[in-house]
Amino acid sequence: MAQGDRFPGVRPHLTIGRRLDIAWRHAFPGTTSLLLMLLSVAHFGLWGQAALLPTVALTCVWFWSLFRPAAMAPPVTFLVGLLLDLLGFLPLGVGPLTMLATHGVAQGLRRFLSRQGFAVVWLIFTSVACGIAAMNWALVSLLTLSLVPAGPVLFQAGLAAAMYPAVAIPLTLAHRSFADPDLA
Amino acid sequence: MIRPSIQARHALARLTLPVMVVTAFGLMLVGKVDTVLVERARIAVYDASAPIYAALAEPLGQMNRLVTEVVSLWGLRDENARLRDENEHLRRWQSIALTLDAENRRLKTALHWIPDPEASYVTARVVADAGGVYAKAVLLSVGPNHGLRKGQIALDERGLVGRITEVGRRTARVLLITDMNSRVPVILEGTHAHAILAGTNGPWPRLLYWSEGTVPKEGERVVTSAEADAFPANLPVGTVRYNANGVPEIEPDALLRDLDIVRIFDYGLSGFASPETPARPTQGHR
Repeated sequence: MAQGDRFPGVRPHLTIGRRLDIAWRHAFPGTTSLLLMLLSVAHFGLWGQAALLPTVALTCVWFWSLFRPAAMAPPVTFLVGLLLDLLGFLPLGVGPLTMLATHGVAQGLRRFLSRQGFAVVWLIFTSVACGIAAMNWALVSLLTLSLVPAGPVLFQAGLAAAMYPAVAIPLTLAHRSFADPDLA
Repeated sequence: MIRPSIQARHALARLTLPVMVVTAFGLMLVGKVDTVLVERARIAVYDASAPIYAALAEPLGQMNRLVTEVVSLWGLRDENARLRDENEHLRRWQSIALTLDAENRRLKTALHWIPDPEASYVTARVVADAGGVYAKAVLLSVGPNHGLRKGQIALDERGLVGRITEVGRRTARVLLITDMNSRVPVILEGTHAHAILAGTNGPWPRLLYWSEGTVPKEGERVVTSAEADAFPANLPVGTVRYNANGVPEIEPDALLRDLDIVRIFDYGLSGFASPETPARPTQGHR
């Protein structure tokens, strides 16, 4: 609920600066997800860096679908998935489908998870990451008509589970402060 | 402006997810039908984000160098001793190499040997990991009018890195020899036996189909073969090592995990087809 609705009466005039501020806060989840994905393929020279891109995409989609579904609507989720396909050299369609599945699961569990603590959300995320990894593997195998090795997706699921706090904690802080449209 | 009722908006919102899922399936079909379009879209995305990667390359490189330096400080004494030994060893080899080089030149002059034409090359910086989970590839940042083509050979200062598979306006993608789709015709230097080097997505590509009766020896050098006109002969690839299961693999000469700068050589070769190239050319493209 917007701040203004809780206190009906005369509302302040929306200046251009304030409008931009509100727009930025609404666009924050989608924009930062896409930017983080672009950054995650930069040449860090890390071992197993290829798994970073799907990890970032999955965590962002899960987090925002759960805590700000209006800003991570299905079209935005689709876009994140498409960028995942293009940057990650996956067969086209795999990224959008897996990301939309993540969004769907987060939407379904939203009511339940909103009453749970961080650890439970993390635990559920870990099982979602495993499911998405299996889905990813099955879709890629189907689309390339070959059994691709399962090792990389297992590693990807493990990395996503391990890295969840590192991504989710800064996102939570942003969500509660400078990215919250209600605080604009 | 007509605003839809709350119920209508709710119904529309509920429909978005299924519609997007159907669109994703449609996208899957497009990806299967028009691989050239997908390839162009990928390289266009990388082209568009190339300035970000180019800007990041220098600070990231510095950070990596700093980390390497800090790590190497720990083993400085051991490293020094090892380098002293290696230097001694290499000095002996240098004198042998100089003698052989002089002899080689003398013999070539005596035979009126026509030297191979020098290959031209350009140098490019690795700016991004362009492999994804199922492939091993890197993205190079190149200037406009770079003149790079598919199939050109990438080497670092030590050995073979891979081949160019996609070329954009400001970027080029190099498929590494460790990628599971990579196949390189090679020669075992000791026996001159032919073999195929097949990537596995792991750090050590495997040797396949070597000639009968010539078993690859541990530590034997492996160089490219000019067969199939895909590679020039005698580019250093790596040395043979046997893994725990007794399968001969190659320890690549090139530092594939720490690639920073690579050289792209134009040998004017024609026998190349990218793994992504469709078997039958699509009409209206290319």
